[in-house]
Amino acid sequence: MNTGTDRVKRGMAEMQKGGVIMDVVNAEQAKIAEEAGAVAVMALERVPSDIRAAGGVARMADPRIVEEVMNAVTIPVMAKARIGHIVEARVLEAMGVDYLDESEVLTPADEEYHLLKSDYTVPFVCGCRDIGEAARRIGEGASMLRTKGEPGTGNIVEAVRHMRKVNAQVRKLIHMNEDEVMTEAKIHGAPFEVLMQIKKEGKLPVVNFAAGGIATPADAALMMELGADGVFVGSGIFKSENPAKFARAIVEATTHYQDYKLIAELSKELGEPMKGLEIAGIAAADRMQERGW
Amino acid sequence: MTKIGVLGLQGAVREHVRSIEENGAEAVVVKWPEQLDELDGLILPGGESTTMRRLIDRYGFMEPLRAFGESGRPMFGTCAGLILLAGEVVGYEEPHLGLMNITVERNSFGRQKESFEAALMIKDVADDYNAVFIRAPHIVWAGEGTEVLAECDGRIVAARDRHYLGCSFHPELTDDHRIAGYFIGMAEQAKASLANS
Repeated sequence: MNTGTDRVKRGMAEMQKGGVIMDVVNAEQAKIAEEAGAVAVMALERVPSDIRAAGGVARMADPRIVEEVMNAVTIPVMAKARIGHIVEARVLEAMGVDYLDESEVLTPADEEYHLLKSDYTVPFVCGCRDIGEAARRIGEGASMLRTKGEPGTGNIVEAVRHMRKVNAQVRKLIHMNEDEVMTEAKIHGAPFEVLMQIKKEGKLPVVNFAAGGIATPADAALMMELGADGVFVGSGIFKSENPAKFARAIVEATTHYQDYKLIAELSKELGEPMKGLEIAGIAAADRMQERGW
Repeated sequence: MTKIGVLGLQGAVREHVRSIEENGAEAVVVKWPEQLDELDGLILPGGESTTMRRLIDRYGFMEPLRAFGESGRPMFGTCAGLILLAGEVVGYEEPHLGLMNITVERNSFGRQKESFEAALMIKDVADDYNAVFIRAPHIVWAGEGTEVLAECDGRIVAARDRHYLGCSFHPELTDDHRIAGYFIGMAEQAKASLANS
């Protein structure tokens, strides 16, 4: 029996496809998420919008919170480690967390290097804005990707930009001549072998979810329409007026993302969604998507 | 042509479609109960069983899925799909569809870091099968008339009860499409015998 193989790690993400992964900060929220039909929960100390508001250094969650969430639900539990923080990642792995997010939502521990994720038995998800970031993370051993978007803003514009960009660059790569791939690798700082694999298979070798700014059922459906394999919803759910109803609506809109009458029905009277932030109003230094190298 | 549906509410739907097509059958992604009528067989894919159950309830799939099985048309559940098919689930008072005469236990090999690949012998299918187990359930009890097709580490991981087929692992995640081929064979036989009856 072989544990921690690429197939087992990537396969875990394949099973999440068409689903919604929800940020939760305690057992009660985790149960609401599971009941609403979430495919997994992300156990955090604070949701991204609160991290943004609190300022200061954002770190791995208190293991007590992660443990509490793991004990509360039977669906997979994910948790975030800081970029490059080997020990936070190893601690969460040792606790038996099902998936780790090496996340730009937390303050990076290393401004030069990411984790060598192929060294771990636990699979990793990482954010990306373009094919260079996507291919570097895959090269380091990420088993799942997500757009970075701009977390904690409730503004979908960056997630849309990142999903469109990665998919457009993948399409370009698939159609280019093989003798052009090395230069493409050089332009994007992408590992050549990963680009060749994407070209050969005609798609990314791992699933790519949408994340960072999804605030409504229509936002979730939009990301599916643009080719996301599923969605992460961070601050959107538990910052809304009626989280249980909101969570169910997001799940249904993701499953039936082209059923516009259904989306109209489930968007009715959801209450006030989280208040959004205009990206231009966020100083460049405060944009989480700029983290990661 | 034999038409096989894949319940398309969540999970590894695309991969099952590919393995059906590799075997020369027609694949249909099932998102609404009305689509079940035209099918010769149905695959319940891997994914999250709790999520699929919520969506089954919300879109009124429960009775149509049970009626599908009771009509004699074959159903094949992989991982989460196996949990949906089982007659009993350890720790739960009620099963989901409850069609197959087996008892399953969820996440019985542990959490994700214990997920694994292993070589299996699968009766009537393959002697050399590479199976991928992800937070997998296993069959703790197989009822009378249920044939055990594969075991791993002393646990039952594949079985057939009449026209119901189930396995703990994910045949759709590899390029080995022999189990899908076996299931399509079951659907073809059922189609022929249902046409004659």
